[in-house]
Amino acid sequence: MIEISGLTKTFGEGQSAFTALDDVSVTIRSNEFFTLLGPSGCGKTTLLRTIAGFLDPTRGSLTLDGEDLLSKPPYQRPVNTVFQSYALFPHMTVAENIAFGLQMLNRRKAEITATVAEMLELVQMTALADRKTSQISGGQQQRVALARALAPRPKVLLLDEPLSALDFKLRKEMQLELKRLQHETGITFVFVTHDQEEALTMSDRIAVMNAGTIRQIGGPRDIYDHPAERFVADFIGDTNFLQAKILSTDGAQARVRLVSGGEIAAQTAADAPVLDDGASVTLAVRPEHAELCAPEGALLSGRLRDVVYFGTDTHYHVALDQNETFTLRRQNQPGQTQVWQTGDHVGLNIAPGIPQILKD
Amino acid sequence: MSKGFDVRRQPGFSTIAIACFVLLYLPILLLVVYSFNAGSSIAIWEGFSWRWYVSAWENEQVKDATIRSLVLACSASAVATFAAVLAALATTRSKPWRGQTVVFAMVNQPLMVPEIVTAVSLLIVFAAVKQVTGYTGLGFLILAHAAFCIPFAYMPIRARLQGMDLSLEQAGADLYGTPLRVFRYITLPQLWPGILAGSMLAFVISLDDVVITEFVKSAGQDTLPTYMLGQLRRVVTPEINAISTALLAISVVMVTGFFFVNKARK
Repeated sequence: MIEISGLTKTFGEGQSAFTALDDVSVTIRSNEFFTLLGPSGCGKTTLLRTIAGFLDPTRGSLTLDGEDLLSKPPYQRPVNTVFQSYALFPHMTVAENIAFGLQMLNRRKAEITATVAEMLELVQMTALADRKTSQISGGQQQRVALARALAPRPKVLLLDEPLSALDFKLRKEMQLELKRLQHETGITFVFVTHDQEEALTMSDRIAVMNAGTIRQIGGPRDIYDHPAERFVADFIGDTNFLQAKILSTDGAQARVRLVSGGEIAAQTAADAPVLDDGASVTLAVRPEHAELCAPEGALLSGRLRDVVYFGTDTHYHVALDQNETFTLRRQNQPGQTQVWQTGDHVGLNIAPGIPQILKD
Repeated sequence: MSKGFDVRRQPGFSTIAIACFVLLYLPILLLVVYSFNAGSSIAIWEGFSWRWYVSAWENEQVKDATIRSLVLACSASAVATFAAVLAALATTRSKPWRGQTVVFAMVNQPLMVPEIVTAVSLLIVFAAVKQVTGYTGLGFLILAHAAFCIPFAYMPIRARLQGMDLSLEQAGADLYGTPLRVFRYITLPQLWPGILAGSMLAFVISLDDVVITEFVKSAGQDTLPTYMLGQLRRVVTPEINAISTALLAISVVMVTGFFFVNKARK
């Protein structure tokens, strides 16, 4: 278990000072696949490098299973990193790369040989063990980097956007592969990415970061279905924002009135402050959480501005009567006929309890 | 259509370029040609012969000076390269520290300070040391050469360190390598081409130095270049040309080696 508390990292001084991490506190559980997700410059890599020991924080504490990590140099931390650039040693073979960590730990020769063979097997690189790292493909280098970091059996594996250099198909493959490896080894994975889809498919839990702070922590479903604030809703997936007023609240549920006049039950964020009746709020609704219908008696209505075909699904862009826009997504079915045409006056329905009330 | 300014298309460019090359290389060519002269003049051609190479080879003074030059160049470049590696590590692999720029300038000082100034100051210091210790060996020359060879060794080593992917060393540390072992197993193997290139440059620079050597050497410590300078005061024979050509050949081989070593690992 990694416990991070009040971690702050400031680069530079005075006027040009930049806070890369701003009072970050988070607990990463043992054996979980934990993802740090955010746009570039949000501090996710800084946090990862601090755990690895390449950066010293300005303030805060960092412990692994109760043991202080900050007082230890990188080579004494039971933590290994898969670098974004892989950082394979170019003057060594694949097998020598994988053996390096074990050699530095002064393991016995027989043990090193056995572990290297096992790791090569694990990442399916046995046939290429004696190649130089420059003689293998990007995907293979990726596997070697993984095997090298896993070989010493670290308590925690840190992964710094390891899939970003791979092409689309290979990336999909490696996503499943990583998930499998995490499962088989039982090692805690801390994974950094800016790719929300990657985060959603692989993680047990996700921490969404922005401007040096963690905005929301939760399972992929929590984060996607119940974004706590505008940034999270906007960064992960597509979202429609609707203005509304609180009519009444009842625990995590609230009844709100939309600008169009329609009323609906909405969900409040888990740690949101109590909302007063009459307060103005923003609702987030995912494009696939709404349905097109006839305008009469619908929750919202507007004019269908664009219908965009995407193969697996179709996007409908609706200009609402209240000057807002709404995007809807419908999965395409074989033999389906196009019911709605551009320019039609359409209605929109959302199931009660689906809209999420944002904190900001 | 012209694609912007190209100096090669300016009038007179090729004339000037050719003139420059002729001025640079014709004298060297003449020197090489006359080293094969059968006669004893360095200006009147009397036919081809190896006699001056043979005569240089059999000249005890030349042999003595050559051995001293090589010992000196080897020792000085070794000392300079060792110092240059440490300096390069300090200026590329440490956290920025106060006075780093000053130190960088001081390491490269021999490139900027007129050689004669260095020569005179070394003469004064070493004279005092010789007085006190009574030691008059080759050590003074080795130290003096090492000093002005350091920047030549430092440059390629520093360039190599700067071009190196820092994440390799981080990966080494991440995989439980102590700083010393990371240097031994990760940095050093990558640095070899730079070290080799730096030492070759230092070797060549030391080999043909005249000014500092002339000032620092004790009696009877002629190196090849100072021996040749001494000969000029007497009768000049193509033997000088032969020795020069041999020196030129060594330099060309070293510099070419430097070029290929530098290129090979990029």
